[in-house]
Amino acid sequence: MSAPNSPSMRTPLARVRNLGASHSGTKDFWRQRLTAVAMTLLIVPVIVIVLMLLGRNQAGAAQILGSMPIAIVLLLFIIASCWHMKIGMQVVIEDYVHSEKVKLASVMANNFFCIAVALASIYAILKLSSGV
Amino acid sequence: MAEFALPKNSRITGGKTWPKPAGATQTREFKVYRWNPDDGKNPSVDTYTIDTAECGPMVLDGLIWIKNHIDPTLTFRRSCREGVCGSCAMNIDGQNTLACTKSMHDVKDGAVKVNPLPHQPVVKDLVPDLTNFYAQYASIEPWLKTTTPTPQKEWKQSHEDREKLDGLYECILCACCSTSCPSYWWNSERFLGPAALLQATRWVKDSRDEATGERLDNLEDPFRLYRCHTIMNCAKACPKGLNPSEAIAELKLKMVERQI
Repeated sequence: MSAPNSPSMRTPLARVRNLGASHSGTKDFWRQRLTAVAMTLLIVPVIVIVLMLLGRNQAGAAQILGSMPIAIVLLLFIIASCWHMKIGMQVVIEDYVHSEKVKLASVMANNFFCIAVALASIYAILKLSSGV
Repeated sequence: MAEFALPKNSRITGGKTWPKPAGATQTREFKVYRWNPDDGKNPSVDTYTIDTAECGPMVLDGLIWIKNHIDPTLTFRRSCREGVCGSCAMNIDGQNTLACTKSMHDVKDGAVKVNPLPHQPVVKDLVPDLTNFYAQYASIEPWLKTTTPTPQKEWKQSHEDREKLDGLYECILCACCSTSCPSYWWNSERFLGPAALLQATRWVKDSRDEATGERLDNLEDPFRLYRCHTIMNCAKACPKGLNPSEAIAELKLKMVERQI
């Protein structure tokens, strides 16, 4: 977090160095690329599965999702996309939201939202695929 | 939030149209940003007409002609007038570049529009305050760092290793790239910007330097380095034809390389 930039008597170099480097960011950078590649590989099978699901009732959908490879492809896609969504949205927040309080709240809300979407989707697939 | 509109006291209002030079047959119109910190007024855009038969072909020649013949109060930085010093960096016809290497004939249609480098505090007219930019350059510690005792003659470097610095050492720190970068506009206090990061790459890649890891440590930060989203305005703007976004990508690659 940056200190408020008042026209203080701090030297320009002190302001630039500020609290120092956080030694983080590389993991998110790498994961963003990892999930992007994963989604690129998964998108075709996911589209095929979605086309297979079109027009079917719940029993039909449960029958398709009962197949382990299909369920796993969907689960992987959800994990990759929700993770990617979380990192991407955090980047947007860090770019444009400058008030530290609002930024913290936004990053927190983004985390909650992405985890909730991921868990709800995973739960739905597991429920359908296990036929419960 | 990031500011997408100019603050009230920075909004451009009106502007003076200066008389055309008497008897001139070949003329070119210049629309130049003016702001004086002493008169308390908002910035304006003044219109000048220059006699192109009497001055050189570059935009800087035009500005010098205006200063000498029409309006001596027009303020801008210039020194070498040949693209080496980086002093006359400004926004010409919507593109950050050096006034001394930009031909006014390359500006098609209508007036030559000249503004200071974007998103920096203005000192006066076309002179931006680059204090933060220079401090960011200082923060990457742009000098050879070694622990091994200095050799009697010189630090040796192979031809191949020397070639790795091509495309990096030519940077003249004109600030065209950093001030064209949206990530730098929104976070210039924390994002080091393309120029400082290109210079950081220059030292990270120098085979003679013994502080590579330390340098990477100093850059590894979501704001200092990872605000770069490879928008590439920097490469488009660089008047020396360098590619800061490629240099930044190399830094990111090195960050990943040392973790995986």
